[in-house]
Amino acid sequence: MNILLDLFFTFAKIGLFTFGGGYAMIAMIENNCVERKKWITHDEMMNITVIAESTPGPIAINCATFTGYKKASFIGALIATLGMIVPSFAIIYLISMFLDNFLELTIIANAFKGIKIAVGILILDVAFTMIKKMHKKKLPRAIMLCSAIVMLCINIFAWNFSSISLMLIAAVVSLTIFVLGGTPDQKGGAKK
Amino acid sequence: MIYLDLFLGFLKVGCFAFGGAYGAIPLIRDVVMSYGWLSDEMLTYMIAVSESTPGPIMVNLATYIGSRQACFLGAVIATLAVVLPSFLIILLVTALLKTALKNKYVQAVLRGLKPCVIGIVLATGIYMVLGNCFGSITAIKANIQAIIITALLVASMFGYKHFTKKKLSPILLIIISAAAGMVIYGI
Repeated sequence: MNILLDLFFTFAKIGLFTFGGGYAMIAMIENNCVERKKWITHDEMMNITVIAESTPGPIAINCATFTGYKKASFIGALIATLGMIVPSFAIIYLISMFLDNFLELTIIANAFKGIKIAVGILILDVAFTMIKKMHKKKLPRAIMLCSAIVMLCINIFAWNFSSISLMLIAAVVSLTIFVLGGTPDQKGGAKK
Repeated sequence: MIYLDLFLGFLKVGCFAFGGAYGAIPLIRDVVMSYGWLSDEMLTYMIAVSESTPGPIMVNLATYIGSRQACFLGAVIATLAVVLPSFLIILLVTALLKTALKNKYVQAVLRGLKPCVIGIVLATGIYMVLGNCFGSITAIKANIQAIIITALLVASMFGYKHFTKKKLSPILLIIISAAAGMVIYGI
């Protein structure tokens, strides 16, 4: 089969059958692209996972772009990424046409009131998991805590300050401390 | 113009969406609220719908918001805008700048960004849970039904983990919460 078609349909299949996004997809991509199709090696897959952690965007999109590029350069990257998006696009587009009517039913509206509570808890749970995986050092902890407090104030008091500005400030602070030599480097300098 | 707003708004989200799907939610909330595209209520519903349908959550939210604001073309523009930055960055990194991410200054920036994202996600989670149970700062009011459902969901999460040694999947939690909502708000 034509490699471009193959890329498109393989990633469309991955996009169609993985729920919840993120890490659930890595297993599926590994299974399809590494084991079955042998498009990329296991090591490359590990590498791209690390790169995905340090670059913005959904991890599944990052994997699709990388694999597509490896197999058929730019056009391959484009086709694989589109393949990844098309199924969820189609499903959500359909839902968007019916959701409002659906929500007018009392029983569904009640169900969604319950779901709203679950979403808050899910986000909090993800935050706790991220904190557990974080480096147990003073600087990241301080940045995490300050960002959390500022963001909480932004939310509660409706401050006009975007989370993007907050992220940029954190990046500048970390870079400044590094340049001034305040952070113990990877080799583990003296802690202040 | 709405198409340009959608494109720029979701381009911003795509550029700063570190930390996976949930890392991007506070950012999407920010952009959506500042343009007034969706109510807080609808956005929360859509997060649950995105979690329960296949595909990356960020892409699902972009498609939905785009389609609500400007039909099919809006959905296409928002979806493409949200994936464009990560697409270009991965191309750059794999094709040209293989060592860029190992650069010590880039690493220093990332060391600041990552904990900040975690803090933002934490604050958003706390705010949403407290908001559901006690209302907003301008109208503090204990919402008994929401408190009961929150307690029930937290108990089922910990109970499930205790007995099966596995994490309760998000989809299962959403199903439980929907059932609890139908029963508790229905009486």
